[in-house]
Amino acid sequence: MVHDSVIEFKNVSKIYQTNNGECAALTKVDLAVRPKDFLSVAGPSGSGKSTLLKLLLGEERPTDGQIFFNGQDIALFSTSEMPHLRRRIGTIFQDFKLLSNKTVYENIAFAMEMVGKPTKEIEQDVPQVLELVGLSDKTEYFPHQLSGGEKQRASIARALIHRPEVILADEPTGNLDLLNTWDVVRLLLKINELGTTIILATHDREIINNLNRRVITINRGKVIRDEENGRYVL
Amino acid sequence: MSIFYLTFGRILKSGWNNFLRNRWLALATISVMVLAIFFMTGLIFVNLIGKTLLVNLQNKVDISVYLKQDVSEQDVSIIRSDLTFLNEVKDVNYISADEALASFKAKHQDNAVLMESLQELGNPLLPVLNVEAQEASQYEAIVNFLGQDKYQKIVDKINYQQTKPLIDRLSSFTNKVSRGGLIISIILALVAGLVTFNTIRLAMYNFRHEVSVMRLVGASNWYIRGPFLVEGIIYGVIAAVSTTTLLFISLYFLSPKINSLVPGSDLLGWFKVNFFSLLFFQTGAGILLGGVGSLVAIRKYLKV
Repeated sequence: MVHDSVIEFKNVSKIYQTNNGECAALTKVDLAVRPKDFLSVAGPSGSGKSTLLKLLLGEERPTDGQIFFNGQDIALFSTSEMPHLRRRIGTIFQDFKLLSNKTVYENIAFAMEMVGKPTKEIEQDVPQVLELVGLSDKTEYFPHQLSGGEKQRASIARALIHRPEVILADEPTGNLDLLNTWDVVRLLLKINELGTTIILATHDREIINNLNRRVITINRGKVIRDEENGRYVL
Repeated sequence: MSIFYLTFGRILKSGWNNFLRNRWLALATISVMVLAIFFMTGLIFVNLIGKTLLVNLQNKVDISVYLKQDVSEQDVSIIRSDLTFLNEVKDVNYISADEALASFKAKHQDNAVLMESLQELGNPLLPVLNVEAQEASQYEAIVNFLGQDKYQKIVDKINYQQTKPLIDRLSSFTNKVSRGGLIISIILALVAGLVTFNTIRLAMYNFRHEVSVMRLVGASNWYIRGPFLVEGIIYGVIAAVSTTTLLFISLYFLSPKINSLVPGSDLLGWFKVNFFSLLFFQTGAGILLGGVGSLVAIRKYLKV
């Protein structure tokens, strides 16, 4: 086991059972992510990027192979233990996935409340994170009262609040305009500078070419390229 | 331990907030629950009316024991006290031959032919004991009791044979009504429960995304379920209190009318006497419907 990896995929395959037979989303993926990496996962829609992140979050189970998180095989987490894994990972989704019944403040506080953090700590941390993402003046808004960019910033704040070791971002800019896209990317870079490993799945050529960080390219379920300072080539 | 109370408090608060923020959904669910609980308790009252009605009918049935013409006052009082002593007997009423004649004359005083023939005959009527049983099914036993040898010289005849079909019909009617009522009650309660459960399931369907989001950001199952359970219980309590209020209002206006149709059925009185057990039953039904309903409904969205 390689100890300097936060995340390690060993020969991972995922095959979905569909009505038309089997559909291989990932085939024999090997991948190691070092701490404080900013890893972009590039590839066209349907190439398997989302499946990769879903496997990491335990939303899907691999058909074959092993996935390690800090040396722990995540296949060993049962459904009821899965929350413990997920609390160490922050997730940002393309469709934001904010709780529509809760205000911005409550959405972010939720991630701390669910692990039993004291109220005092929550009252201290949430405003700080909201300031970091620039939503200090929208704390009492409900998600439907926010713009797309604001929603994504709120969801980034939620992913950050419990200081996870890794942040997974699945097409976080997919629903945003150009200006908001760069806001989000800059925010992710800032978070990475503060020491958090980031895995960003995107099909946005511009983002990847501008980041100038490690890039793996997936096509039809296979990793076809893995380069430091990579570019979007397909 | 303190973390337990902290989490418990947060679940309560979150459930209460959800309730306040989903007012329209809450209103829809609660109204269905009110209907269900109202229906269930309504059946208690229908049952109550039915029972009173049957008691009233049964009170109208009795058997007449005709005594010999020459029976002595002493024999009458013996047989009368023997009958009163029986558990099955509710009431015994003695009408002597003279009294019977007097009431017959009073009834037919306009009928000249009858009056004339009576004058010629003297008193053809027999002294009679009217016996009323506690329940219609007990007349058979009373008639058997009077069949003993020691009563042979006192009793002339018993009109049970004529009344028997009526009594039998009434007994079987009573049984059928109570059995049928029970079955109908159970079916209706099941239907009401299912409708409520489905309403809650639809409400929960609205929240399936929220539930999966909570799972994905790492909330434990009980932390997700808790607020929904609290919300369901709030629904139940509100539904129970509203139903009780609704019931009181309807009984306040309907009870006198029903009482004049079916004397002795004081529904409002019954409601007042049983107020707390009724409220307890309704709250229990409400919490069961709301709480268990939401727990079962949310289950399948927790598998992410």
